[in-house]
Amino acid sequence: MRAGTRLGFVLLIAPLLLWLVLLIVIPHIDLALLSLRERVGVGEYAVSMANYRTFLDEPLYLWTFLRTAVMAVLATAITLVIGFPVSFYIAKIARGRVQSALFLLCLVPFWVSELVRTFGWMILLRETGLISGLLQWIGVADGPVEMLYNDAAMMVGLVYTSMLFMVVPLVTTLESLDDGIIEAGYDLGGSGPSVLREIIIPHAVPGIVAGSIVVFMLSLGNYLTPTMLGGKDSLWFTELIYSQFIVRFNWELGAAFGFLLLVLSSVIVWAMLRLTGQTLEKTMGSA
Amino acid sequence: MIPSMPRPRAYRLIYGAYVTLFFVYLALPLAVVAVFAFNDSVFPALPWEGFTWNWFFGDARPQIGVFHERRILRAIGTSVLVGACVSALSLVVGTSNAFLFNRYRFRGRGLLYVLMLLPLVIPGIVLGISILVFSSTVANAAWDAWQWDLVALRPGLVLVILGQFSFITTIATLVISARLQKFDRSLEEAALNLGAGRLTAVRTVTLPFLAPALVGAFVVAFLMSFENFNTTLMLVGSDAPLTIAMFDRLKEGSTPLLNAVSLLLMLGSSVLALTMIVFQRR
Repeated sequence: MRAGTRLGFVLLIAPLLLWLVLLIVIPHIDLALLSLRERVGVGEYAVSMANYRTFLDEPLYLWTFLRTAVMAVLATAITLVIGFPVSFYIAKIARGRVQSALFLLCLVPFWVSELVRTFGWMILLRETGLISGLLQWIGVADGPVEMLYNDAAMMVGLVYTSMLFMVVPLVTTLESLDDGIIEAGYDLGGSGPSVLREIIIPHAVPGIVAGSIVVFMLSLGNYLTPTMLGGKDSLWFTELIYSQFIVRFNWELGAAFGFLLLVLSSVIVWAMLRLTGQTLEKTMGSA
Repeated sequence: MIPSMPRPRAYRLIYGAYVTLFFVYLALPLAVVAVFAFNDSVFPALPWEGFTWNWFFGDARPQIGVFHERRILRAIGTSVLVGACVSALSLVVGTSNAFLFNRYRFRGRGLLYVLMLLPLVIPGIVLGISILVFSSTVANAAWDAWQWDLVALRPGLVLVILGQFSFITTIATLVISARLQKFDRSLEEAALNLGAGRLTAVRTVTLPFLAPALVGAFVVAFLMSFENFNTTLMLVGSDAPLTIAMFDRLKEGSTPLLNAVSLLLMLGSSVLALTMIVFQRR
């Protein structure tokens, strides 16, 4: 490198390193260290696994952790199943103006904050809400029906909130599939399901992986939707983190929870990439 | 399955109905939020009590409109301030990152690139608490060592800005990189041949080419900052941005005031997004 480009290099890499080291790397190391700390007396601390033991010993914590993981995977699967046909429609069946209009329509709900979206579902689902009113009006229900504060309502909200992040990468990858290849599949005697299984889905794998990773992450880390739409029984792991940090002021335990959430999401994202032979660089580039 | 393949009528009808239903599902929550902003009642719920503008312009209890509700107005101001700072910061760092990864081959480049992507796969709430923990560590250390009280490192706007910046920068970098990759470097070389210095060449040739991506990155960063909830929740102090202020309201019980704010938000972000699209088309 010449002297000039060397200076340029240093100037360009400095902000990147400052950002990553000060805001990402060191804070997470600090979080890990804090989670390994135990208060033994006033102002006295020792290194121990006590916080992680608390996590394992208390059934509520462990149960919430596992439940959150399973529900987040479920939300991802539902989002994929609902979003795939729509993405295919936008990418392959709609044409020209209609195509771009539909694509834009998919983006619209995500220009407003998650809070507004959740609020909308509350208005629809609650006891005095629209759906309850509609059911009474057509005579299916005799009195007000409460549809909020349960797992199903929470799932509806989670799927709704993450839909965009599934549809966009799916549409992008499906658009790159040549119609001729699908036609060739039929010419060679394939039926609808076999063409879908052997041509369309394999081609869409990068989009499916990218979408699933983002949706899974967003569901796992969601706080608003489970708090507002879920019931007393549908405690989400992020709610535990929040209560340890802000309500109980037990930062050590909260840090351990946070670290566990981070490990869980990293393991599942890594497994997803591994199983499908994708890399983070390629996946995030397309998303 | 594709238009060139004939399919039975029933199949096409069912598929069309499914897609229609999907868009109804997308629109429904937003539509009800918008409609109930005009309900002349203190609950955003049935029954419909008649049409009113009071939730926007009303100045008498119980129907105090958005434009007379100081706490909400202040929260909007806070959000705009935070959004502007976050977008400006992430735009600068994002542009610098894009140039670095586009122009230089160096040892550790692959590792740094993956590290740069990581904030996208860290749950927002974890980003929030890790920054909260680290800044408190620093603030406590400064107090113990020199009795300095570093107020900026206690929960508050500075931390909110840093927290949002920490992951929005990744998105800005990706948006700008995508456009920089399409840039034809011979244009820059032509400028150099014509006697321009390196910086002049970048300023007069490369940056104008990047302009649509820069505007796009700014708008996306602003919207993401405005909407952000998880990271902000952990870092917020006494000055609450709009999403947090609305969340606190919602927990107390909702009035159509929240619908009115939401409707204004929808309008605001649509206008921003449309400006961006118009800009990209040029």
